[in-house]
Amino acid sequence: MDIPRIPVGKTIEAGIDFLVEHCSFATRAFSDVLDTGLDIVQTGMLALPPWLFIIIVSLLTWRLARSKRIALFSIAGLLLIWNMGLWKATVSTISLVIVSTLMALMIGVPTGILAAMSKYVNKTVMPVLDVMQTMPAFVYLIPAIPFFGLGKVAAIFSTVIFAMPPAIRFTCLGIQQVPKELIECSEAFGSTRWQRLVKLELPLATPTIMAGVNQTVMLSLSMVVIAAMIGAKGLGGEVWKAIQRLQMGKGFEAGIGIVIVAIIMDRVLQKVGSRKQ
Amino acid sequence: MEKIRVENLYKIFGPQPAKVIPMLEQGLSKGDIMEKTKHGVGVNNASFSVEEGEIVVVMGLSGSGKSTLVRCINRLIEPTQGRVFIDGIDLTSLDKNELRKVRLEKLGMVFQNFALFPHRTVLQNAEFGLEIKGMDPEERSKKAYDALELVGLKGWEDSFPSQLSGGMQQRVGLARALALDPDILLMDEAFSALDPLIRRDMQDELISLQERMQKTILFISHDLDEALKLGDRIVLMKDGEIVQIGTPEDILTNPADDYVSRFVEDVDITKVLTAESVMKKTEAVGHIKTDGPRAALRKMRKNSISSLFVLNEERKLMGVVNAQDCAKLVAEGSSDLRSVICTTCKTTHLDTPAQDLFIIMQDLGYPLAVVDDDNRLKGVIIRGSLIAAIAERGGN
Repeated sequence: MDIPRIPVGKTIEAGIDFLVEHCSFATRAFSDVLDTGLDIVQTGMLALPPWLFIIIVSLLTWRLARSKRIALFSIAGLLLIWNMGLWKATVSTISLVIVSTLMALMIGVPTGILAAMSKYVNKTVMPVLDVMQTMPAFVYLIPAIPFFGLGKVAAIFSTVIFAMPPAIRFTCLGIQQVPKELIECSEAFGSTRWQRLVKLELPLATPTIMAGVNQTVMLSLSMVVIAAMIGAKGLGGEVWKAIQRLQMGKGFEAGIGIVIVAIIMDRVLQKVGSRKQ
Repeated sequence: MEKIRVENLYKIFGPQPAKVIPMLEQGLSKGDIMEKTKHGVGVNNASFSVEEGEIVVVMGLSGSGKSTLVRCINRLIEPTQGRVFIDGIDLTSLDKNELRKVRLEKLGMVFQNFALFPHRTVLQNAEFGLEIKGMDPEERSKKAYDALELVGLKGWEDSFPSQLSGGMQQRVGLARALALDPDILLMDEAFSALDPLIRRDMQDELISLQERMQKTILFISHDLDEALKLGDRIVLMKDGEIVQIGTPEDILTNPADDYVSRFVEDVDITKVLTAESVMKKTEAVGHIKTDGPRAALRKMRKNSISSLFVLNEERKLMGVVNAQDCAKLVAEGSSDLRSVICTTCKTTHLDTPAQDLFIIMQDLGYPLAVVDDDNRLKGVIIRGSLIAAIAERGGN
């Protein structure tokens, strides 16, 4: 007996094709704009001599994290990266991470707030997030290409999708965790829904939201590396090149570069987050 | 004037609350209804009113519906049926915005576990209501400062709630409500989370604040001693129903049913307490030989009392003078108190039972003098302190 095959893949493909056909003019235009923006960020960062850049970053980490150890680590780590000849790739990766994180947060935090405020939004968003988080990251790369073309914007697109769920989840969680008593109190004092959100829920949810931001940044970094496969370049691009040429040493050098960037970002964000408490 | 009036208020928890009300009217109990319909009865046909400037204590054990009742009054919980009037306005008919205004302008609330905002300083907590109201920052911090000073927290403005003790935290909660200067304070078990000594202090402080402010206060408590001490009237609840409304004396001497009498059993030590054990030391007395009306007036003023007991040369009680008469004497230029002493003032003996003191003190315009067999003044009893003394001893 032959059970007809359910055309899951074909349906999705048809859907995406349809979208590509009708939307790609818009997404391509968007892609061009974003590409130019990215270029400006990146050339701006590269225009600084590396030593100055390293000093600025170290001072920033020192100010933000209020920790000498982290500042010293940034100096040493970034000097090593410069020394390994990975400076340009690193700057490119950092700029990609910054842009995609900002976009993920711009969409994710408001969505999280809505999901916390409305049962219906919550019920719709949560299963979508489950799918987004369990789907292998590589799969997002495929539809990114027809919409945005090979390159950085496609990388950002798939990174945003991959990195957004924690921003939504943590924001929602943070707001839902505000004690019932305090909400009752703000109601008893005649707050509007907006006042309750701004004066009570968001400030109390901030540490949790910051934990979400940290996750988003880390996921962005890992996805930006994977997105080297569709031409994102940067440190991921170096790793990708090393894989294709089986250059073990080069691969590890780029890998170490990624680890250094990740550690700096993670520690700084963690400190900022815990200070907010 | 009537500030709060609650009429036939019901609150039923469950999916079809309206269905349950007829059953309650037929007299089914809370337990029966839970068993039959899986609906919880929060408040069952409650009606009472609170006069302006009065402290009414709603009291009952946990689960008696008292917290639900108070939340129905400001509609933090929507009543299933019935009406709530504040200053004659039917709150149950208001829309969201109108309700917010009433909450903001008329109803201050103090919570059991303080419900302070941990991310805000003490000052910012006290400012909260004013901020919601949209008052400009300078004015609101001035008002918040005043409110904090009123509750004795001057100097703590920039601390965070977590740095304060429980009693101080609740003072912040009180200041937060008072900063808005509402006519009505709803206090939901406001002192229950405090340890006994602090609780007693806070009760005393509330009484003295109330003397100055004359707010209308609805106080929720599970503690009969607290109810007796604070309440001008007490509303006793059981299973969502009001079983008795009355003055502390009414409740103690004339319990409406078994439930109330069992409740007050432990406290009904009026029978064993005597005048000696509830009297206070006389802070000031006049001496007929040395004190004229001016001296008497000064002593009264110094001790914030309005009448003074006068002793003769043998230190025996002669009678009592009041401030008004003394002032008249001063105006007339007379210096002898004898003409205004009321020598027929009521006195009582050291061993009079506290129960009888209530009757003796009824409609008494001055404190009751306690004397020994030789008519020497041993102490005085004030109505308020009588109730407080009974309440305090009931706690032991």
